Amino acid sequence: MRYEAPETLEAATALLAAEMGIARVLAGGTDLLVQMKTDMVDPALVVDLKRIGEMRTITKAVDGFHIGAAVSGAELKEQVELKQHWPGLVEAANLIGSTQIQGRATLGGNLCNASPAADSIPALIAANATVSIFGPKGRRQLAVEDVVLAPRKTALDKGEFVVSFHIPLRAKGMGDAYLRFIPRTEMDIAVVGAGIGLKTDPSGVITAARIGLGAVASRPLHVKAAGDALVGSKLDKAAVDKMVDAVRAACKPIDDKRGTIEFRIKVAGVIAARAAAIAYDRART
Amino acid sequence: MQETVKKLTPEPEYKIIGTRPQRPDGVDKVTGRARFGADHNLPGQLTGLVLRSPHPHANIRSIDVSAAMALPGVKAIVTRDDFKDQGSEFVPAGEMLINYRDVVRNVMARERALYEGHAVAAVAALSPSIAKAALKLIKVDYEILPHVLDVDEAMAPGAPILHPGMITAGMDPAPKRESNVAKRVEFALGDVAKGFAAADVIVERHFETKSVHQGYIEPHACLATVAEDGQADIWVSTQGHWIVRAHCARLLGMDISKIRVTATEIGGGFGGKTVVYLEPLALALSRKAGKPVKMTMSRDEVFRATGPTSGAKMRIKIGATKDGRIVACDGELKYLAGAFQGSPVAPGCMCAFAPYDVDHVKIVGYDVVSNRPKVAAYRAPGGPISGYAVESVIDELASKLKLDPIAFRLKNAARQGTKAAYGPKFGPVGLVESLQAAQSHDHWKAPLKVNQGRGIAAGFWFNIGGETTVSIALNEDGTLVLMAGTPDIGGLRASLCMMAAEELGIGMDAIRVTIADTQSLGYNFLTGGSRSTFSSGMGVVEASRSIVKQVCERAAKLWELPTDAIEYVDGSVRPAGANAGKHPPMTLKQVAAMAGKTGGPIVGSSSINAHGAAPSFGVHLCDVEVDPETGRTTIIRYTVIQDAGRAIHPAYVEGQYQGGAVQGIGWALNEEYVYGTDGKLQNAGFLDYRIPVASDLPMIDTVIVEVPNPAHPYGVRGIGETPIVPPMGAIANAITHATGLRFQSLPMSPPKVLAAIDAARAVGDVNFKLKVA
Ligand SMILES: Cc1cc2nc3c(=O)[nH]c(=O)nc-3n(C[C@H](O)[C@H](O)[C@H](O)COP(=O)(O)OP(=O)(O)OC[C@H]3O[C@@H](n4cnc5c(N)ncnc54)[C@H](O)[C@@H]3O)c2cc1C
Repeated sequence: MRYEAPETLEAATALLAAEMGIARVLAGGTDLLVQMKTDMVDPALVVDLKRIGEMRTITKAVDGFHIGAAVSGAELKEQVELKQHWPGLVEAANLIGSTQIQGRATLGGNLCNASPAADSIPALIAANATVSIFGPKGRRQLAVEDVVLAPRKTALDKGEFVVSFHIPLRAKGMGDAYLRFIPRTEMDIAVVGAGIGLKTDPSGVITAARIGLGAVASRPLHVKAAGDALVGSKLDKAAVDKMVDAVRAACKPIDDKRGTIEFRIKVAGVIAARAAAIAYDRART
Repeated sequence: MQETVKKLTPEPEYKIIGTRPQRPDGVDKVTGRARFGADHNLPGQLTGLVLRSPHPHANIRSIDVSAAMALPGVKAIVTRDDFKDQGSEFVPAGEMLINYRDVVRNVMARERALYEGHAVAAVAALSPSIAKAALKLIKVDYEILPHVLDVDEAMAPGAPILHPGMITAGMDPAPKRESNVAKRVEFALGDVAKGFAAADVIVERHFETKSVHQGYIEPHACLATVAEDGQADIWVSTQGHWIVRAHCARLLGMDISKIRVTATEIGGGFGGKTVVYLEPLALALSRKAGKPVKMTMSRDEVFRATGPTSGAKMRIKIGATKDGRIVACDGELKYLAGAFQGSPVAPGCMCAFAPYDVDHVKIVGYDVVSNRPKVAAYRAPGGPISGYAVESVIDELASKLKLDPIAFRLKNAARQGTKAAYGPKFGPVGLVESLQAAQSHDHWKAPLKVNQGRGIAAGFWFNIGGETTVSIALNEDGTLVLMAGTPDIGGLRASLCMMAAEELGIGMDAIRVTIADTQSLGYNFLTGGSRSTFSSGMGVVEASRSIVKQVCERAAKLWELPTDAIEYVDGSVRPAGANAGKHPPMTLKQVAAMAGKTGGPIVGSSSINAHGAAPSFGVHLCDVEVDPETGRTTIIRYTVIQDAGRAIHPAYVEGQYQGGAVQGIGWALNEEYVYGTDGKLQNAGFLDYRIPVASDLPMIDTVIVEVPNPAHPYGVRGIGETPIVPPMGAIANAITHATGLRFQSLPMSPPKVLAAIDAARAVGDVNFKLKVA
């Protein structure tokens, strides 16, 4: 196995594009190294992205935040301003693993590992994030919900990787939240995850809502109908019930060691409703 | 709170017993200097890896290792052909029995692979990657057979048979047909029909528990070397190195004296390290390769091929009179043994009704094989399973009789003189005292909030003694070296040191304690059955008293007085009685310095079969909160109350109480072996085999009750196993009181609880009482 740690986007792409065998980019390695150790993947080339400056920085611009794809969870936690704008997203990223894992795990890795249960993806969907992708043909942007196609499968082409995430600034009256259901309290994989981003007008009426779901289908979902169900309401019971129905209708989970189909569908609605209450509260304060 | 020690009898003034000094192995453990199984290495060592069956049940037609052997860097391969077959012979392993016919087949599959993960071959190579590559080159020709995992299916006529020709033992007349039922056991007292006839209320329920693993953090690991002259050494993480020696000698056809076993520090065992897996393979590989061989299991292998304890299906029926007297108990237990016979169904039967004084008892158990890994002992093997079922029924009876569950238990509690259904009459035991401590504990009276419930359960474990050797040598400077042979899993070295220091009237730091290897001390049975503080402690006391006696003799000689004119007080000898004051006292140090001149080195030793182990009863209180919308249970508060006889080092007793409760919480709420229809284990790792993490738990409160065991010089009872017996019952009862629903199947995981909640809502169950906020 060859290990490379290029310092530019171009050099990284060139290495990845030229490799004939299995190539993997390495961010924190908390998924990749585990997969290599358990013989799930045996790459010929590993390209470490952590020496590329743009991928390790967070900047705030007029159009929003640009978060490098190789920024660790622990670094995100230090970002006071980002936390003020998108507390739900930062909380989701900080749910990943433990203190030790947080020192390494990244948003880019969480997304590109392409697990349907990844914690940060529903929160990124709720925050209306787009990703900036770099590859042999240069840069392109993609909505975050369009990156994961299926378990372990992304929309990235050979030689491409995610450079950064773009998230709009939080306007007045916006709020977000992410909750997951796990049988334990930590060190577990989401059986269901729900991220909610809301916008309210000064009277408290919801004017826009985005709902992302994890672990209830073969990939993280953006459930437009569920968000729409809340629009025009003040998060009253009828609207929440409608939203919960839309969430449950969108779930296409599997029966497995982590939960039954019925359980996941049911609890997805419960968790989404609880997350919506938190997001609404945040939007109003 | 952990500070409560309930002293129930006036006791001698101890200086050290009952205090909380630092443990002798503490600094090494916190600095990382302590060397566990995988921390031992030798120059030139090879890596040993095991090829495991991917099939739950298959005939092994042939094994071709030629391509693997030809791979450069491969130094040895062993298969079934390297181990002589063994006849049927049962020997004790902890509190369980093992059969050498089965042990040889479990360490290396012979005719068949009997479970997914069953060892089929082992390779020793220059590096892990070569060994891995070699495994892929071994060609095994399997004929796949239908498999069976469920206990009822395994018992049903027409089930795939694991061991052709196996006839159920313990049946009269013996069945004519082969089956997967290895054994039937029965324990009875009185006449249950007569008992039930006198009952006003009878509750009969069925229960199920799943296979759960001991979950020790340290995977199995060993380093073995066999020299050209056949002398072998093995370093291994084990609960009993003399047992490892015996099993390896038998399986490899070696003399016992040829094998020296050193027990490394151990990162948990809980019963699972009382048997051999890698050790005979490593020795066989080393013997073949002429080089040391190191083997360590991955976590995946630990789950697939070691441990677990039985899953079970049970029927429990108990009858009581209106005024709360239990008149009859009846039960049937079916325990999964895994691929080979030897489930802990007999102790499960014996424990089931042990906390209660009942005249009419009958309990029948079945030991059933299936295509799962062979079970190993797990903390109070068998007891927690039947205890869960019985304590659930006891709770339901108390509710039906409208009796306080502690009062109901007190009315029926086993006490001194009670005859247990499994035979003996109890001596002084502490169940009544533990129940009374529960009754007066503020936990029992604390208010509960909505969706919360409180449960209580009692539990019992026998505890054992057994063969033990201890040696204490007085050094030239008056310090001492203490050697014991029961591996220290839970603070044993501290407790032994304390007992020696108490006897000798000296400070603990004058004594250095070692767990000796098999070459340095006489035979010791393993650490299991909660025996080590009891048995090795007895040995320590005897050896210490021998030192005192010898020291007195030396002084007598020196002072030219009869030995009985000498007394030993607080670490010094002095003339006593009529001769008092004739000579100034001599310290242990002074006697030690003159030992050479007064007769030679002073060594005290003890080789005993420790008798008089006494049972320990415990009572657990637990508060839970159940989420009405997700079925998730949170443990809000937990208190363990248990009779320790006497707590030598209370902090380590508390540690055992807490650890048992925590393992029980995992067993109750989330832990289970999950199999696919293909017979393969789906959750062979800590991600999906969910033992509790720290944040899942409240601080586990403890109360140590002390009803001394008269057979032990300090009153010690074993305490390590009882704490895992009550949790499942206590938690199930707490969930019942929170929800109004009874759960008769473990684990009470969120999907199962939510399904029950939904069903109760759907039918408008009047008992159901959770409220959505
Ligand atoms: C103990 C433990 C606990 C965990 N708990 C959680 C949890 O609670 N929730 C959760 O969601 N996950 C959890 N994980 C999984 C993992 O930590 C996360 O998915 C993490 O975010 C991965 O980030 P990483 O930087 O370590 O990824 P890496 O392992 O470096 O990479 C993961 C995958 O993504 C690819 N990749 C990485 N960065 C990029 C990029 N910029 N562009 C394209 N491809 C890229 C890699 O090639 C690899 O295939 C846990 C893992 C462990 C070991």
